[in-house]
Amino acid sequence: MHFNLFVLPFTAGMIILSLLLTYRYIKWLIDLESGDLKRIGSKILSIKTLKALREIFMESLIHRKVFRNNILLGYMHMSLAFGWFLLIVFGKLETLFYTGRQANEIYYPVFFRFFEQNPHQTGMLIIFNAVMDFLLLMVLSGIVVAILRRFRPGIAGMKKTTKHSLGDRMALAALWLIFPLRLLAESATAGYSGNGSFITQPFGNFMHLFLPLQQLSIVFWWMYSLSLGAFMISIPFSRYMHIPTEILLIFLRNWDLKTNENFTGFSEIEVQSCSRCGICIDTCQMSSQGKNNTAQMVYFLRDYRYKQLQPDLTDNCLLCGRCTAACPVGIDLTQQRILQRKKNAFKLPQGFHYLPVNQPSGEADVIYFAGCMSHLTPGITLSMEKIFKAAKVNYLFMDRDGSVCCGRPLKLSGQHEAAKKLVEHNRQQIILSGAKTIVTSCPICYKSFREDYHMNIRVLHHSEYLNELIQKKKIAPLPSGKSVVFHDPCELGRGSGIYEQPREVLNHFAELRPIYQEKENALCCGGSLGNLSIVPEERCAIQKATAKYLETAHAEVIATSCPLCKKSLAQYSDTPVKDIAELVAASLTVVAENPKILKHHKVQEMVEIV
Amino acid sequence: MNTNRQHIIVIGAGPAGLEAAATLGAAGYPVTLLEKENHTGGKLKSLHQLFPGFRPAYEVQNYLDGRLEINVAQVITNADVISVTTENGKHKVILADGQSMNGDIVLIASGFQVFNAEKKEEYGYGIYENVITSPDLEAKLKSCDPLTSANGTTPRKIAFIHCVGSRDQKAGNVHCSRVCCITGVKQAIEVKMQLPGAEIFNFYMDLRMFGQNFEELYIEAQQKWGITFIRGRVSEIGENMDGTLQLKAEDTLSGRPMKMNFDLVVLLVGIVPARQTLAIGKSAGLALTSGDFLAASDAQLSPNKTTTDGIFITGTCREPLSIAETLTDARAASVSIIQYLNERQKKSECI
Repeated sequence: MHFNLFVLPFTAGMIILSLLLTYRYIKWLIDLESGDLKRIGSKILSIKTLKALREIFMESLIHRKVFRNNILLGYMHMSLAFGWFLLIVFGKLETLFYTGRQANEIYYPVFFRFFEQNPHQTGMLIIFNAVMDFLLLMVLSGIVVAILRRFRPGIAGMKKTTKHSLGDRMALAALWLIFPLRLLAESATAGYSGNGSFITQPFGNFMHLFLPLQQLSIVFWWMYSLSLGAFMISIPFSRYMHIPTEILLIFLRNWDLKTNENFTGFSEIEVQSCSRCGICIDTCQMSSQGKNNTAQMVYFLRDYRYKQLQPDLTDNCLLCGRCTAACPVGIDLTQQRILQRKKNAFKLPQGFHYLPVNQPSGEADVIYFAGCMSHLTPGITLSMEKIFKAAKVNYLFMDRDGSVCCGRPLKLSGQHEAAKKLVEHNRQQIILSGAKTIVTSCPICYKSFREDYHMNIRVLHHSEYLNELIQKKKIAPLPSGKSVVFHDPCELGRGSGIYEQPREVLNHFAELRPIYQEKENALCCGGSLGNLSIVPEERCAIQKATAKYLETAHAEVIATSCPLCKKSLAQYSDTPVKDIAELVAASLTVVAENPKILKHHKVQEMVEIV
Repeated sequence: MNTNRQHIIVIGAGPAGLEAAATLGAAGYPVTLLEKENHTGGKLKSLHQLFPGFRPAYEVQNYLDGRLEINVAQVITNADVISVTTENGKHKVILADGQSMNGDIVLIASGFQVFNAEKKEEYGYGIYENVITSPDLEAKLKSCDPLTSANGTTPRKIAFIHCVGSRDQKAGNVHCSRVCCITGVKQAIEVKMQLPGAEIFNFYMDLRMFGQNFEELYIEAQQKWGITFIRGRVSEIGENMDGTLQLKAEDTLSGRPMKMNFDLVVLLVGIVPARQTLAIGKSAGLALTSGDFLAASDAQLSPNKTTTDGIFITGTCREPLSIAETLTDARAASVSIIQYLNERQKKSECI
């Protein structure tokens, strides 16, 4: 039996942590959505579990995504996490090798060098000791980077770091102390007993020159144990809860669990998996362009976790999804915000009794649903009609004379029940038309049709539809030779994964210029309907910054495929901003045309020429 | 009297620049007046009649041209100023063709441009033929040709939309352009005079009838001419198959959304600083107002002085003004300059 009083803080911390974790794990599993447990049961013995293990290794230990963000930042996370993990593994192996017993006291591997002060090392023990010293060095190097970064975020590629709460800062201090104290304790013992390796031994010998190590070393071991215990007790109450939670999250996600329409135990696990790394701060345009440094997801999740969430923080988000795309933990941050809004939603005073009665709207192959926003950009709707006619499509312009909203803006504001009524109204109208395909010009409607309407017909955004028309040679745009840069709308790109189709369309007749922040990393135009509390100055600042950014591609035209993006960007861009539908429609005309002759009867004449 | 003959450069020969150049010239200063177009008069040249009294715009133009002939030494047209810089108290004015000239005083009177209505795409300017702007209508009225829709027929229902690009945070313009309210009233009456059978509607947020006889004209428009005023912003305009326009708005007095058809829609576009005004202001390092107009060093006490010694501003480059206000402002700027030069001379004599 190995024992010394100083092991108590560590052991107590370990036991308390284990109990608390067990309690929380069970509670989360109970709070899962009905059917989730069944889903886990059916997936647990599949290849998905191996995939989860691989992901845990790559993300929780190696931190691949953080590496992608910045190499030094990645190294910092990897050396701490993977280094510490290996210290635990090799520490266990070392005791296994040394004692030949599988079970030892839980603190024994941690304080191995204290209990085994035999200086006569042989064979494997020399190697183990060297490995342990090397791993300690690795972790310490990560801590050096962490400390430097806290004071100069720029060295790890970050403009701003998270402003942490007091509890987090105390946990951070304990974490930073653990490994320097371990170095001191092991070196001190090595200094008088000679059981160290290539780091601890020389350092111990050096300290032995001027310090009474035999008396002092126990102090270091106490401090080491205290810092470990303090850190472990702080885990459930600080951001470091992400360490045990993220592992669970990765398993559950691989078993196809996700946050749907309701806040469940899985959503809670997502919240607790946030490490508050702060990567979402720099990606947030509310911060970089709107000068708002309090509404980012890291603070949203933190305040939610500590039950201090203010409604304005919930509302003040563009829901552009840039943070979700950048989150190294892979939390569905956008959905988290929407569900919180759902909790806050007030009951709308009126029903929707005034909605028109659904009626069969005639035979058509394709329904065109422009969307409310497209009615504010008649350039887009007229171009789409021109294209339909040129392609000789039997289409029905369902919302020509105005329409009922698709419901998504209500949903984004948390009004799920009201949204459902609009969805049901439109859904019936679409089904009654008998069409096999619905095309919309609005990415917001598009996402809603795809995810909320559950219709047995094809849903296409016009960027997909135009690409299809061109590929099927229904229309043939004439090359314009113009250079264009494409702006990805949030709901179409990050929201629905449509990146290539609009680019393929443009490549048919224009010279598409790349820009650094595009596709998943594209900027939000600022016009988003998702933000419920943004002030106009802030919105204008974002719109302007994004327009100016796109101008740096030095293209002749800024192309996009969203009426809202078009309006936002056109406000501040000196370069013309066009929807791809407008560019396609213009490229169908042989004679150089003035937009004023995009009139219905004239469109038909022009189609004949084509 | 001006022994050391301080050279004054006036940028812009619109009403403000013309009046200031003539006033300073009459006071004995050598003035060079630079104009980017090939003629003087600026946007006054495109106006038909002035509010509120329907005075023909050419009368004011004739007055300004007459004063110019007598008083100003040098008028240079086709002189597009791109920047103004200051070195050792002297100001250097650089033109687009590379020429430059030095002056002791620079008076910027580079004026405004109208808000680009295409940016409010929901109103369809540049897309629907029957949507025009107030300057478009002014040109039609000035031409004295009968007013028609795009297809040549006489419009029977005409809408005026106020505040297009003014007081519109979404359009990035918070400021009020001041003259569009009364312009809408004036143009509505002019159209009604020409087409007594037409129904005319003005859609407004609120009407700012601040000038002498403005309110009277607004009352006259309703009582004598039967023009209808509806309080509510227009949300969007769509085009019907026959080329007429469907306008969606909310009547905020009755609290109801409404749809109406029109043969012609006139957008009362707001005033924003001219492109040159911004370029000159930035090159000279002048402060700008929130609406990007050139800012005065003190809005109350020295509205025509800038934060740079020797550079003055007048007219609509500093804020939206009517013709009458512009002429008054130009004279005020001239007095400011004369006082400034006198004080400077006194100081140098003391030394």
